[in-house]
Amino acid sequence: MIAKQINQKAWFMVLPVFLLVAFSAIIPLMTVVNYSFQDTFGSNQFFWVGMDWFRDLIHSERFHDAFLRQLAFSGIILAIEIPLGIIIALAMPRKGWGVPVCLISMALPLLIPWNVVGTIWQIFGRVDIGLLGHTLASLGFDYNYTQDPVAAWITIIIMDIWHWTSLVVLLSYAGLCSIPDAYYQAAKIDGASRIAVFRYIQLPKMQRVLLIAILLRFMDSFMIYTEPFVITGGGPGNSTTFMSIDLVKMAIGQFDLGPAAAMSLIYFLVILLLSYVFYTVMSNIGEESSKGGT
Amino acid sequence: MANITLKDIAHSYTGASSNPDDYALKKLNLTWRDGGAYALLGPSGCGKTTLLNIISGLLTPTKGQVFFNDADVTRLPTEQRNIAQIFQFPVIYDTMTVFQNLAFPLKNRGRSKSEIEPRVIELAKMLGLEKDLYTKAQHLTADAKQKISLGRGLIRQSVNAILFDEPLTVIDPQLKWELRSQLKYLHKQFGFTMIYVTHDQTEALTFADEVIVMYEGEIVQVGTPEALFERPEHTFVGYFIGSPGMNIIPCSLQGNRVLIEGHRIILDRHYKDQAPSAKIEVGIRPEYLSLAQPHEEGLPVKILKVDDIGRHKIARVALNGHQFHVVMPELSGMTGDKASLVFDTAHTNIYVNDHLIAGEQP
Repeated sequence: MIAKQINQKAWFMVLPVFLLVAFSAIIPLMTVVNYSFQDTFGSNQFFWVGMDWFRDLIHSERFHDAFLRQLAFSGIILAIEIPLGIIIALAMPRKGWGVPVCLISMALPLLIPWNVVGTIWQIFGRVDIGLLGHTLASLGFDYNYTQDPVAAWITIIIMDIWHWTSLVVLLSYAGLCSIPDAYYQAAKIDGASRIAVFRYIQLPKMQRVLLIAILLRFMDSFMIYTEPFVITGGGPGNSTTFMSIDLVKMAIGQFDLGPAAAMSLIYFLVILLLSYVFYTVMSNIGEESSKGGT
Repeated sequence: MANITLKDIAHSYTGASSNPDDYALKKLNLTWRDGGAYALLGPSGCGKTTLLNIISGLLTPTKGQVFFNDADVTRLPTEQRNIAQIFQFPVIYDTMTVFQNLAFPLKNRGRSKSEIEPRVIELAKMLGLEKDLYTKAQHLTADAKQKISLGRGLIRQSVNAILFDEPLTVIDPQLKWELRSQLKYLHKQFGFTMIYVTHDQTEALTFADEVIVMYEGEIVQVGTPEALFERPEHTFVGYFIGSPGMNIIPCSLQGNRVLIEGHRIILDRHYKDQAPSAKIEVGIRPEYLSLAQPHEEGLPVKILKVDDIGRHKIARVALNGHQFHVVMPELSGMTGDKASLVFDTAHTNIYVNDHLIAGEQP
């Protein structure tokens, strides 16, 4: 009896958390689920349409294009930021006055708000007044991110590298600093080359922080909205219309609540799925031959 | 294979300095003969590891030179010195199997597969790792990991020396004993120069032909285990070696007579007169003291406490303010707490300002 009473009280204890999660996550998400199965013509009238929006979306070229652009963007920035971050972390000093200097200058880009970063690069790249754009143009390069899709992509990618490589650097640096000196000493005794030290000591010891870095960078870049919205607004044409930009256009621009709801659910599931895949694959690296294969 | 000579080596972690207190190692000269088994013994923080790292090249000494035979290697990087070193805590390459770990030092030096494989298998058998050879090293116990570290140190057959930096700290006692005798066996079989750092005197005395005792950055004595026991050259060695350590008691000295608290002992040897300001002490091992009935000749002492530690008994006795440890097989026939303390004068040493002085036979 007594045990049961304590159990009942415990429910009251978790109630605030439950309410908080309900209002902040579950109820909004369920509203979106609700919208995704219905159509509306305004004045709060809804009609049941079943799986129609999902079916349309999966077969729509607009969705395919945005999805592929999004995958390409995340792929490119991961392929650049992760190796670059590791290289910078390896080159950073381990002691002396250089450490705080490097750490602070690395942390600076991370402190700047997203839309400010977008604005900085939007102005920086302008051909008429921007330092970068004007210099390139006067050097004879045909650079104009408002008209040339390639220039727009390069601008956004370089901006993202400038903004977020620091995160990878700081995480990798923390991983490197946790390696005891004895490992480097043993490697010297064993006659290991610089590459072998990286391959067999530093990389395995950084595995956990790199997993976190890759997950964070993947999720963030897959959801990128503010910076490309500020710089290019999704253009020229649709060339930088990533999934979140497309979603906002659909939901607020066209006020197609049903398709937009269906799209956000698919978007959510894709991020969840890919993050799960990354996590599983990376946690299993180095484990496969653990059970005594020959 | 080479003789290793240290010439005027001194090291300070804060760079060259005129203050002798900054030095972790204070000017030492020493030669390690090729094929010798040495133990480097001393309390924690006395500079043992610093000395090892200077030999292996992980540290460049602030002053002095290191020679392998006649070649000056002071500035030579570790990789080119052909030295093996095993550390206190296991260092393994997580992503490699046990086999790959053991083969790593050979592989880095470009040895062929046909040479590496039999050597690795032979060594794994010797260390009892053969059934785990193809397991990832990170899944093994701390014991096994340290065996891998040892194995990587022993795998190369032509090293100049193998340095052990308290390698058996993490190993459980039974296995510790086994591994130590295995190292001893390997030493006999292959004739490596081995330098074994430890703060455990039993480990040092069982392992080495010659023991180097260090204290506060200096070498206080180099000698066989027997010499360290019988004739410690410094009071520190007397305290540090033996369990319990040597009894060191202030006294005054006149020729062959020692006065302790007004009681006289006649020694076998004569000593020169010392300066009046000198600190004179008599040192004697507890094993060379014995207790007799109170009416017999000896120093009149009071028995404070007797500990029975199995094979023998340790008595603590007091003469006024001074305490002595006495090791005796049996305390038979003693009644009350009074006894006479008897010195074995052949094994009584005299220390002036902590250093042993030699007497003359009459």
